[in-house]
Amino acid sequence: MTAVAMTTPQGWLLVAAVLLPFIGMMVGLVAGGRHAARVAAVVIIAGLAIAAVTVRAVLDAPQVYLLGGWAPPLGVALRADGLAAAMMAVVAVVIAGIALYARRDFATPPCSAEARAPLAFWLLLLAVWGSLNLVFVSGDLFTLYVGLELLTFAGVPLVCLDGRGETLRAALRYLLFALLGSLLYLLGAVLVYGAYATLDIAMLAQLVQPGVLSWTVLALMTVGLLAKTALFPLHIWLPPAHAGAPAAASAVLSALVVKGSWFLVVRLWFDAMPAVVTFSAAQLLGGLGAAAIVFGSIVALRQKRLKLLVAYSTIAQIGYLFLMFPLAFDVAAGTMLHGGALTGGLLQAASHATAKAGMFMAAGLIYAALGHDRIADLGGVARALPVTVLAFAVAGLALMGVLPSGAYLAKKLLLDAAASGGQWWWTAVLQGGAAFTAGYVVLVLTRALRAPPVPLQLATKVSRLSEFAALGLALLSMLLGFAAAGLPAGLISNPLAPKELLPTLLVVAGGFALAAALARRPLFGDGPWRRLTAAAGTGFENADALLRRWPTASLALIIFAAAFGWLLHTGTPA
Amino acid sequence: MMMLFDVGLVVVLLGLAAWVVLARNAFAAVAAFIAYGLLLTLAWLQLHGIDIALTEAAIGGGLTGALLIGAVTRLGSAPPIAPATSMTLALAAVAAAATTAILAACVLALPDPAPTLAPLVADNIAATGVGNAITAVLLSFRSMDTLLEAIVLLFALAGAWSLGADSAWPGRPGFAQSAPPNGILAYLARILPPIGLVIGIYIFWTGADNPGGKFQGATILAAMWLLTMAAGLTDAPRVGSRWLRAALVAGPLGFIAAGVLGSVSAGAFLALPAGHAKPMILAIEIALMPTLTLILALLIPGPPQRVTS
Amino acid sequence: MTDALLYGLAACGLIGLGLYGLIANPAPLRKILAFNIMGGGVFLLAGAIARRGAGAGFGGDPVPQALLITGIVVAFSATALAVALVLRLNAVAGDTTLAEPPPANDD
Repeated sequence: MTAVAMTTPQGWLLVAAVLLPFIGMMVGLVAGGRHAARVAAVVIIAGLAIAAVTVRAVLDAPQVYLLGGWAPPLGVALRADGLAAAMMAVVAVVIAGIALYARRDFATPPCSAEARAPLAFWLLLLAVWGSLNLVFVSGDLFTLYVGLELLTFAGVPLVCLDGRGETLRAALRYLLFALLGSLLYLLGAVLVYGAYATLDIAMLAQLVQPGVLSWTVLALMTVGLLAKTALFPLHIWLPPAHAGAPAAASAVLSALVVKGSWFLVVRLWFDAMPAVVTFSAAQLLGGLGAAAIVFGSIVALRQKRLKLLVAYSTIAQIGYLFLMFPLAFDVAAGTMLHGGALTGGLLQAASHATAKAGMFMAAGLIYAALGHDRIADLGGVARALPVTVLAFAVAGLALMGVLPSGAYLAKKLLLDAAASGGQWWWTAVLQGGAAFTAGYVVLVLTRALRAPPVPLQLATKVSRLSEFAALGLALLSMLLGFAAAGLPAGLISNPLAPKELLPTLLVVAGGFALAAALARRPLFGDGPWRRLTAAAGTGFENADALLRRWPTASLALIIFAAAFGWLLHTGTPA
Repeated sequence: MMMLFDVGLVVVLLGLAAWVVLARNAFAAVAAFIAYGLLLTLAWLQLHGIDIALTEAAIGGGLTGALLIGAVTRLGSAPPIAPATSMTLALAAVAAAATTAILAACVLALPDPAPTLAPLVADNIAATGVGNAITAVLLSFRSMDTLLEAIVLLFALAGAWSLGADSAWPGRPGFAQSAPPNGILAYLARILPPIGLVIGIYIFWTGADNPGGKFQGATILAAMWLLTMAAGLTDAPRVGSRWLRAALVAGPLGFIAAGVLGSVSAGAFLALPAGHAKPMILAIEIALMPTLTLILALLIPGPPQRVTS
Repeated sequence: MTDALLYGLAACGLIGLGLYGLIANPAPLRKILAFNIMGGGVFLLAGAIARRGAGAGFGGDPVPQALLITGIVVAFSATALAVALVLRLNAVAGDTTLAEPPPANDD
C-alpha cells in the first residue's frame, strides 16, 4: 500500500463499493418481503459494475479516497491496490452466483407477504458484501475493526437461519470465539495507537520498528484474526457452523466470510508491519497452514455427511491460504515482499472462493434432492443429478489444482517462490497437499458414481438455475488459470506433456490411496492394512474433538499468541 | 490525595472484575458487573474523559446491565452446565497471568513523551465549527466510523430479529408486560419519561460544544421508552411495521445523504461545507437520534416473540 | 506513578481477568460477562493511552477517546446479539451448553 495522501480521480468507487450494499440492505429492510430479493438483484448488478470499473481503474493506478477530505492520521483513507480490487471482483462474482443459486431456496412463500428466513438471507447477503468491501479497502486499523465486527454480525445469523437448536449452538460458539478474536485485534490496535499515534496502515508501514510493543501487537492481532478465520487448530466453530447452515449461507460463510479476516492478516503482515515479521514467525504461520491441510483433509475423509465433509475441506483450504506467508519472506531484506508468492496466495483465495461456493451449492442440491446427505448412500446421484455432480467434480478438480485452474497457477507461483527462496520443504507441502484434496473428492465421486441398491427416489426436483449457478462458479475456478495472461510467460504449459501429466496422475493416485486408507467405510475392501489406517483416522477424529472443545481452543489461541510473540522477538537480529 | 482515590478505585475495579468472573451465582456476577460499569465511569472521569464516562454509564453500565439482568432472569431455570476441570482452570490462570504480564510490559514500554494527535485536533477543530473535540472527531475527522457504528447497531438488531420463531414473524419483540396499574413501576413510568425526555434532549443538544451527544442522549430516551414498556403502558412495535423500519434506517441513510451532499458542496464524501459545518453536524445528529433511540431500546427485548392482532 | 500508568496497568489486570473468565467459565452467559470485563480492560487501556497524550489544552487525546465511544457501542451490539442467541438457544434446545452433543451414530 503506497502512502498517497490525496484522493485519486476514481477513488469515489471505493466509497460506492462499501456503501452500495449497505444502502441496499437498508432499502431492502424497509421494502420488506419479496421486494428484498429484488433490491438485492439490483444492488448485485450495480455492484458487479462497480467492481469491474474499480479493477479497471486500479490497473492504471492504486485508488485512494480521503473520507471527509481529512488526510490520515487525523482522517480515514480508503485505498485499493491490486490486492483489494481483485478480492472485490471475486467477491462480487461469487455473491452474484450465490444469489442466483438462492433464488428458489430463499423465495418468499406465495401465501405470505413476508417470511423471516428469506428476508434475513437477502439482507445478510448484502450486509456481508458491504462489510467485506470495507475490509478490503479500509486503510485504518480501527475502521477495519468496525468492518470485522460488521462482518461477524452479518455472518453469525446466517449460520442459524433455519432456527434449529444445533445451528443456534453453532452460531453461538462462532460468535463467542469470534468476539474473543476481535478483542485481541482491538487490543493490538489500541497499543499501536499508544506507540505511534496513528492507525493508518500506510503511515504505520513507515513508522513501526521491532520491539516489545510491535511484537505483542502483531502476535495479538494475528491470532485474533486467525480465530476469526478458523485456521487450524483454532477451527472450533467452523464445522458445525458451515455444515449446519442452509447451503447458500454455507457458501457465503465458507467462500467469503473467512476471507475477510484472512485478508486482514495479509494487510498486517505485508503492508502494516512487514519489517517486524521474522523468518521463524512466517514459518510458524505457514506450518499451521500445512497442518490444516493434512488435518482438515483427513478428518473430511472420516465424515458421514457430505456437508460436514465439505466443511472440513474448508479447513484444509484455509490452510492453503497461509502457505504464501513463509514464501513471501525475503531473508536477505528481513521483510515481507509483495511478489510472486503473494500473487499466488491471492489466486488461491480467488480459486477457493469460487470453487468452495460451487461445492457447497452442489452439496446443498444433493441434500435437497435426496432428503439426506449421507456419503455412504450417494449411489445413483450422478445419474439423477448429472449437472450437480459435474459441478462438484469440477470444483474438486479446481481445488486440487488441475490445469488450467486458478489453484494450478497459484501452486506454480508458490513453487517458483519456494525454489528461488531455497525453502524446498514447502515444495513437498504444495505437491502433497493436492493429493489430500484429491482424497475426499475421489471419495465423494466414487460413491456418487456407484449404482444405487434400490432405484433413487428424489425428495424434490432441484432448480436448474441453482445447478447451473453451482456449475458456473466451479467452472470459473477451473478457468481462472487463464488469468495468467497478465503474468510472466511459461507458467502454463501443455497439460498433456509428461512434465504436467505425471504430477496430475500422481496426485489422483495419492488421492485414491488416501481415500482407500482413511475413508469411514472401506472403498475397495478390508484388510489388516486398512484396519490400521482406519484406526489412525479415528485418532485424527478424536484429536479434532479435543481441539474443538472450548478450553483447548481458547488456550491454543493464547499459546499461539505467545509463540508468535516469541518468534518475532527471537528472530529479530539484535 | 487524588492518587489515593485512584489507587482505591483501581483496587475495587479489579476486585469487582474478579467477582464477576469467579462468582458461583450468575445473579451475583451480573450485579457485580453493573457495579463494575459504574466504577468504570468514575475511572473515565479521572482520566479526563467526560464523554466516555457518560457513554459508559449509559450504554456500558446501564443498557448492558439491563440486557444481562433480563437474560439471567430468563435463564434461571436452564439446566446447570458442568464446570471446567481444575486442569483447565489452572491453565487458564497461567494464560491470563502471562497475558497480563506481557501487556504490563507493553504499557511500561510505551514511548515517552507519548505520541498524540491532540495538537492536530486543536489545529483543525475550528474548521468543524463545534467546540467539543470528541464530537469533532466523531462527526468530522472520523465520521465514517460513526456512520459504520450506526450500521453495526442496525446489523445487530437485524441479526437478533432473525433469531425469532417463524410463527412469531412479523410480530412484536419480547413478552407482553402487565405491571399492576397502580404499582410503583407504573407510577415511575408515568413520572420519569417526561423528565428523561428533557434530560436526553439536553444531553444530545449540548454535545456539540460540551460533553454529551447523540449516543448518550439516545440511551436516556431509550431507557424511558423501555420503562413505559416494562410497565405495560406501551408495547413494542411489530417488527413488520413499515414506519418502524423506515425510522430504523432513516439515521444511516440521512447520514449517507449528508455525506453525498458533502461530496457535491465540499469536495469529498462526508466533508462538511466550510461555514456550514456546525449546522450539518447538528442535522446529522438529529437524523441519527431517533434511529439510535429505537435500536438501542429494541436490542433489549430481542427477537419477535408473539403475533398480536 | 502517573494516573495514566496506574490505569494502564489496571487495564492489563482487567484484560487478564476477563480472559480467564472467557476460557474457564463454561456457561455462555458468563462468557458474555467475561467478554465485557475484558472489553472494559481494553477500553480502559485506550483511555490511559489517551490520557498520556494530553496536550494542546485537552485533558486527553480526543482521537482515542472518540474511538472508545465507538468501541463501547460496538461491544454493546455484540452483547445484545450474543444474549439474544443464548436466550433463543435456551428456548429451542432447553439448555445453553456450548459442548457439541456426541455425533449421531447412523452408519
